[in-house]
Amino acid sequence: MSLQIPHREKANGNTGATKAVILVGGSSRGTRFRPLSLDVPKPLFDVAGHPIIWHCLTAIAKVPSIHEVYLIGYYEESVFRDFIKDSATEFPNLSIKYLREYQALGTAGGLYHFRDAILKGRPEHIFVLNSDVCCSFPLNEMLKLSQEKDAEAVILGTRVSEDAASNFGCIVSDAHTRRVLHYVEKPESHISNLINCGVYLFSTDAIFPSIRSAIKRRTDRPSRLVSYPSSENLESSFMIDDDDDENRKNEVIRLEQDILGDMADNKQFFVYETKDFWRQIKTAGSAIPANALYLQQARQNGSKELATLSENILGPVYIHPTAQVHPTAKLGPNVSIGPRVTIGAGARVKESIVLEDSEIKHDACVLYSIIGWNSRVGAWARVEGTPTPVTSHTTSIIKNGVKVQAITILGKECAVGDEVRVQNCICLPFKELKRDVANEVIM
Amino acid sequence: MKALILVGGFGTRLRPLTLTLPKPLVEFGNKRMILHQIEALAAAGVTDIVLAVNYRPEVMEKYLAEYEEQFGINITISIEHEPLGTAGPLKLAEEILRKDGTPFFVLNSDVTCEYPFKELAAFHKAHGDEGTIVVTKVEEPSKYGVIVHKPGHPSKIDRFVEKPVEFVGNRINAGIYILNTSVLDRIELRPTSIEQETFPSMVKDGQLHSFDLNGFWMDVGQPKDFLTGTCLYLSSLTKKGSKELTPASTPYVHGGNVLVDPSAKIGKNCRIGPNVTIGPDVVVGDGVRLQRCVLLSGSKVKDHAWVKSSIIGWNSTVGKWARLENVSVLGDDVTIGDEIYVNGGSILPHKTIKANVDVPAIIM
Repeated sequence: MSLQIPHREKANGNTGATKAVILVGGSSRGTRFRPLSLDVPKPLFDVAGHPIIWHCLTAIAKVPSIHEVYLIGYYEESVFRDFIKDSATEFPNLSIKYLREYQALGTAGGLYHFRDAILKGRPEHIFVLNSDVCCSFPLNEMLKLSQEKDAEAVILGTRVSEDAASNFGCIVSDAHTRRVLHYVEKPESHISNLINCGVYLFSTDAIFPSIRSAIKRRTDRPSRLVSYPSSENLESSFMIDDDDDENRKNEVIRLEQDILGDMADNKQFFVYETKDFWRQIKTAGSAIPANALYLQQARQNGSKELATLSENILGPVYIHPTAQVHPTAKLGPNVSIGPRVTIGAGARVKESIVLEDSEIKHDACVLYSIIGWNSRVGAWARVEGTPTPVTSHTTSIIKNGVKVQAITILGKECAVGDEVRVQNCICLPFKELKRDVANEVIM
Repeated sequence: MKALILVGGFGTRLRPLTLTLPKPLVEFGNKRMILHQIEALAAAGVTDIVLAVNYRPEVMEKYLAEYEEQFGINITISIEHEPLGTAGPLKLAEEILRKDGTPFFVLNSDVTCEYPFKELAAFHKAHGDEGTIVVTKVEEPSKYGVIVHKPGHPSKIDRFVEKPVEFVGNRINAGIYILNTSVLDRIELRPTSIEQETFPSMVKDGQLHSFDLNGFWMDVGQPKDFLTGTCLYLSSLTKKGSKELTPASTPYVHGGNVLVDPSAKIGKNCRIGPNVTIGPDVVVGDGVRLQRCVLLSGSKVKDHAWVKSSIIGWNSTVGKWARLENVSVLGDDVTIGDEIYVNGGSILPHKTIKANVDVPAIIM
């Protein structure tokens, strides 16, 4: 397959179409989102009342020039079928398609594999969004910067603490021009505290040739040959054609490791620094800060979905219309109650997600926790996590010198007995907790 | 008859409660500890009571004057200027104890039981020797000093074995005695121990007998035992069919053994019991779960809180959805914030707790 480079249609006031790609990954990924990803693919996990990728789509729908969105990943076709169907009604101006990779191709490899589909209609730009990101997605601002700078690539960046920075891709930029000078993925030493948010805007003219040259570099220099400099081993075609595994490995091309560093050297690559919220949704526990941030965003936007504040509804709270919450129960701040959930009299829920069909009995207390689908929390039970600092990008805490998960998570169909206390635990699906437990993973 | 109650110090083992009140004034089963003893002594015909203390007992005086009037008895406070142990205080109060030449009772103030003073006096009179000590049977005698009787004698004591390794018996000194005035001749005015000096000398002369205690017995000198003792006391009230207990038919009572002062207010949809005492002017909110706990006067437990195996000090407040357990003890005027968890916290008076106490700790 050869790459067809589209012509840029510009100058006559028509800025050309933009498309968006959401990278959703696959079921073999997202293991860190267990135990919740055992039952639902992470991109479809409900945060602030909606699947994680719904929040991406909402941001995409606010960019007037986008009409087509692709979800690229390697989940089975059926996984996103219902979501795409529902989204067609909710986002009438967007055409949403799922493009399935039959093997993991890497974040850039997937884009390249589906280049014909993406380039159909000759879009001038593509947005690429990692689905495991929670942020305000300031896409219009990125587009504006791109036009101002005539950029080939714009990356969304945010500032984090120096300690946290080395866990992310680090960006060195020119303070005045905002041009990206250097990019390193998860550096060992301190490079910068401006990090990659996992949201990009690429000119289609630039990204596909960049991926292509990265693939070419791979092919020309197969990693195994580097250690065998003798002439007989230089017959690379023999090596690659004969070694299917090696061949496949070479197709895995990642934006972060293989493309962005090169772009910083060779392309008109700029960074848009967001001052708004940003979190990675990595571990299951990180759904709690993400839930809080999206609920707060909904409140700022005056969303009609949120429950009306009252003596017993504090801060932003999402209650699904089919949930039954007793009037004496106190909820919030930052609580999402899923479909058909029952919350009993005098129950307390704070900084938590209660997933569909669950029941919280009377006088129970749920703090900093995720209650899995169809789970039961008994009367006067206490299910409790530990708050982490607002600025923290980790969901684990150190207790008595041992690292434990800050957020307590009950998997699907778990039960907590009356008066039982569960603190800082991860509980796998279908477990019944009859005694107090703390700081454990319950298999 | 006369009695001496060995109070000793302020009761540091029962802190943080005894930072506010001396131990004899702490309510046990909604009644000050000393009052349980005074009541039982007065009922047995005691007219003169000596409290042996080694601190300035200003706060006690008011209550004691009240009790003197209530029971028509004389209460004398005997202050040791240096701690005199468990026998020295008897010598110090010799003048009162020798009055009218009749035997006198001695009690450790930490001990709670169904005081058998009448039966004890009768038994003592019947055997005619110098002293009788009340003994109780325990499951693990190896932790205590065990009493061994003379072979073939049901009550005369042969010897004491301190913390026996091998089983020699399961009767231990319950800390309650009746002694003839002649025993005072065996005691010098100096720090001295009744268990280690006076009693062995009496045993040698074949002058000491034991009297078996029926029913419960507990040394309630520390919070954990205070709670256990409360359970035993409430059980004994239930057994006696005491009218003081809240009837088991009351909707909020769960598992019985619940003692609620009439001035306390209990909210809706609570589940209380077993083994709970709720003092005067206590306010319990709606949907509160209480078990095996003591709520001292003027304290407040707000809606949906959960309290187990804990003592809530006077005028303290437990917040909504708070959870207290594992021998948490709140001193006077402590506030536990809403939704806070306290595991085995000893909280000193006037503190406000806003963060969880996850592991047992003393909060200064």
